[in-house]
Amino acid sequence: MNRYPLWKYLIIAISILLGLFYTLPNFYGESPAVQVSPLRTAAKADTALLQRVEEALKKANLVPSGMFLEEGGVKVRFSDTDAQIKARDTLQSVLGNGYMVALNLLPNSPQWLTSLGALPMYLGLDLRGGVHFMLQVDMHGALSKALDRYSADIRSSLREQKIPYIGLDKDSTRVIVKFRDPESRAKAEAEIKKTYADLSLREQNVGDEFHLAATLKPEAQKLMQDSAVQQNITTLRNRVNELGVAEPIIQQAGADRVVVQLPGVQDTAKAKDILGRTATLEVRMVDDERDLAAALRGQVPFGTELYYERGGGPLLVKKQVVLTGDRINDAQAGFDNNNQPAVHLNLDNNGARIFRQLTQENVGKRMAILLIEKNQAEVVTAPVIREEIGGGRVQISGRMTTEEARDVALLLRAGALAAPMDIIEERTVGPSLGADNISRGFDSTLFGFAAIAVFMSAYYLMFGFISVIALGVNLLLLVGLLSILQATLTLPGMAAIALTLGMAIDANVLINERIREELRNGVSPQAAITSGYERAFGTILDSNITTLIAGIALFAFGSGPVKGFAVVLCLGILTSMFSAVMVSRGMVNLVYGNRRKLERVSIGQVWKPASDRR
Amino acid sequence: MEFFRIKRDIPFMSWGKYTTTISLLTFVVSVFFLFTKGLNLGVDFTGGTVMEVGYTQSADIGKVRNILIKLGMSDASVQNFGTSRDVMIRLPAKPDISSARLSETVIAALRQDDKTAEIRRVEFVGPQVGKELVENGALALLMVSLGIVAYLAVRFEWKFGVAGIIANLHDVVIILGFFAFFQWEFSLTVLAAILAILGYSVNESVVIFDRIRENFRKLRKAPVTQVIDNAITRTMSRTIITHGSTQMVVVSMLFFGGEALHYFALALTIGILFGIYSSVLVASPLLMLLGVSREDIVKPEKKKDEVEALP
Repeated sequence: MNRYPLWKYLIIAISILLGLFYTLPNFYGESPAVQVSPLRTAAKADTALLQRVEEALKKANLVPSGMFLEEGGVKVRFSDTDAQIKARDTLQSVLGNGYMVALNLLPNSPQWLTSLGALPMYLGLDLRGGVHFMLQVDMHGALSKALDRYSADIRSSLREQKIPYIGLDKDSTRVIVKFRDPESRAKAEAEIKKTYADLSLREQNVGDEFHLAATLKPEAQKLMQDSAVQQNITTLRNRVNELGVAEPIIQQAGADRVVVQLPGVQDTAKAKDILGRTATLEVRMVDDERDLAAALRGQVPFGTELYYERGGGPLLVKKQVVLTGDRINDAQAGFDNNNQPAVHLNLDNNGARIFRQLTQENVGKRMAILLIEKNQAEVVTAPVIREEIGGGRVQISGRMTTEEARDVALLLRAGALAAPMDIIEERTVGPSLGADNISRGFDSTLFGFAAIAVFMSAYYLMFGFISVIALGVNLLLLVGLLSILQATLTLPGMAAIALTLGMAIDANVLINERIREELRNGVSPQAAITSGYERAFGTILDSNITTLIAGIALFAFGSGPVKGFAVVLCLGILTSMFSAVMVSRGMVNLVYGNRRKLERVSIGQVWKPASDRR
Repeated sequence: MEFFRIKRDIPFMSWGKYTTTISLLTFVVSVFFLFTKGLNLGVDFTGGTVMEVGYTQSADIGKVRNILIKLGMSDASVQNFGTSRDVMIRLPAKPDISSARLSETVIAALRQDDKTAEIRRVEFVGPQVGKELVENGALALLMVSLGIVAYLAVRFEWKFGVAGIIANLHDVVIILGFFAFFQWEFSLTVLAAILAILGYSVNESVVIFDRIRENFRKLRKAPVTQVIDNAITRTMSRTIITHGSTQMVVVSMLFFGGEALHYFALALTIGILFGIYSSVLVASPLLMLLGVSREDIVKPEKKKDEVEALP
């Protein structure tokens, strides 16, 4: 007698139902959608926004197939991509700067499924198309930038305290302040120690000069690097928001790396450009007293640099940076009084104070506003300071086009990168290839499954059929589990689904062969089933554990797509243990278990050797 | 239907000399090709840029090549990929050029020539990332091997662990030998396939080892060779059918999986075929060679048997 207690049947039934339920959303497909989310915390995603979106679409004669308000934004579904793109353009122009309008794909599964947490599998970039970047933060650059800031700050505190110094140099790891006499150095040392706890100081005497070398303390350096990565992530997030990407992933990977994934982005050139740009602003003073003619001949006076003003003549600019882009609160493109394109800046308190002091002390002199991009500085404008400028409102205008003004404003607003970054890995998959990959992965699984189903049913008859059903349950549970966990499904992941099916059948082959063997030895069918399952189980466990070891190692050391493969492989092994052993046994019990007089079972021909060996 | 009607135990162990020779030979040949030809490492490991560009009509490879030469990329390799409309361009890593911008330059130039050119895929891997992936791959291989040896040693006995892993690493070397000989591209996914095969093939050895252990207990008087022969013969049918089923799926991947899964499926195919051979004809002779005996298995288990027999 082979009977399962009721609870075992219940476990099987419940897990199949759960599997069905969570697999369900994958069948509905996706439809093009537009996602509107407010960029600033002040703007809220509420019914008012929903109404605005609705009205704007009505005016443009666009009929959405669905519209709903979610936490963080409004999502509008369309029946085709044409309407989707039109709607994006319309909404972008109506709603303006404060909102992010992004193209997206929304699952078509009914609301009740979604609200119960049943979502389709999360597709990786190789299946849905998009860009994956890995960026490395240049820590030397971060350090150098931090030292830049310190040297500007030290300079101003020395001036405030009226401590005389002859010069200030900066190399890659330290700032050196030079003094004429040890007394002022001692005073400066005390002052710097008091104000900048992160710096460690060392005295040096070079010739008749008294130097003070300031380096960043190791713990401060670590802190600075961490915060550089964090700030870069924030900056990247702002920039990606400006790009309009639905569901971007931006996260730290390792100590100095950032992974950026932008699903569905088509214009990779633009994405790369915006992400990689290190635009920042510097305000410096123009040196009109030194010899410009000599500089043009190649003898640039010490402490200055030669630049050309945009659309204008050459000028000497002091190396000393007065103000950097970090002090900018907001930047907007607009027009100046002469109706020329301009960027309006709003400085923070500190920046406003520095700027007022600067303009107050230098009335009648020229200052230069430099835009630094890709390590190249350009003087955007070099106006004469006519009066003290307070309140932190600054306007830059200087032969820019409207387009340029908008780009500069975007980059300044999104913030500067705390440290330069390099793209060290890029994987771009076009949307058409993504769709191809899905169908390829699907076909491989389908035909592989079909081949196994035909063979198993032909070779093991009823038991083969039961094995195939168990294999189907395995597939169902695996897809359901992947949907529940929202693990990223990649193409290697789909290959792993196919492969686990091929491997999972091993368990049933083992069981069926064992049962045949028992029958061959003349055991009664019921007893053969029992001992077949029992004896095979140990072997199944052993053999699955070795594959599991491989899967776990792959997960631990693999990256990207390989990780996806490993996840599916491991989950597939777990589900196959359940389905091959418990589900198939349950079915065998249902079919044969209750028959008191079971003469033979349908497991294919059991051949017995004519003369028994033993 | 029943394929395997084996009357007597097949004397596998008496073939030990021949199989060991064959194994050694293929192993040496594989190692030879690995050293002389080397692996054709993919962009994942070497660093560099791979671009897949799709056209609406058949692509003119010569023209694409000329465009690239004009851009100063004479070291680029251009070839058809999958269909005649798809082109794959490989650009080696250069330390002085920011490769991230490289692909943009190339596609812009190609678009100028033919507007239908569309980027299907770009993969750029920086040299330091490539190096890390090589290190991590080697580490993964090591960890899997150690993990499997440890498991088999605990579950069976150390001799089984050693025999199992040697047999399966022999498969790995042979797969690598194939990749070296045919200069197939060795990518991250192929590495994943090899590690999966390592886990999978060990299954095979485990099933046979299981039988050997069972036989040691059951056939108390039989000599070791007979015990092993019987174990292999009895599991033959299952071995072939299981591998056949897995192979069916892999073949389906080979045919329908497209270029992206091609080498993955190829590595699996070789692995599965040699997996059968090695677990039957390499692992077991090795076990003999290591001097496995009934005492290795039966002694510590004896008490357990008695306990089980009590009620």
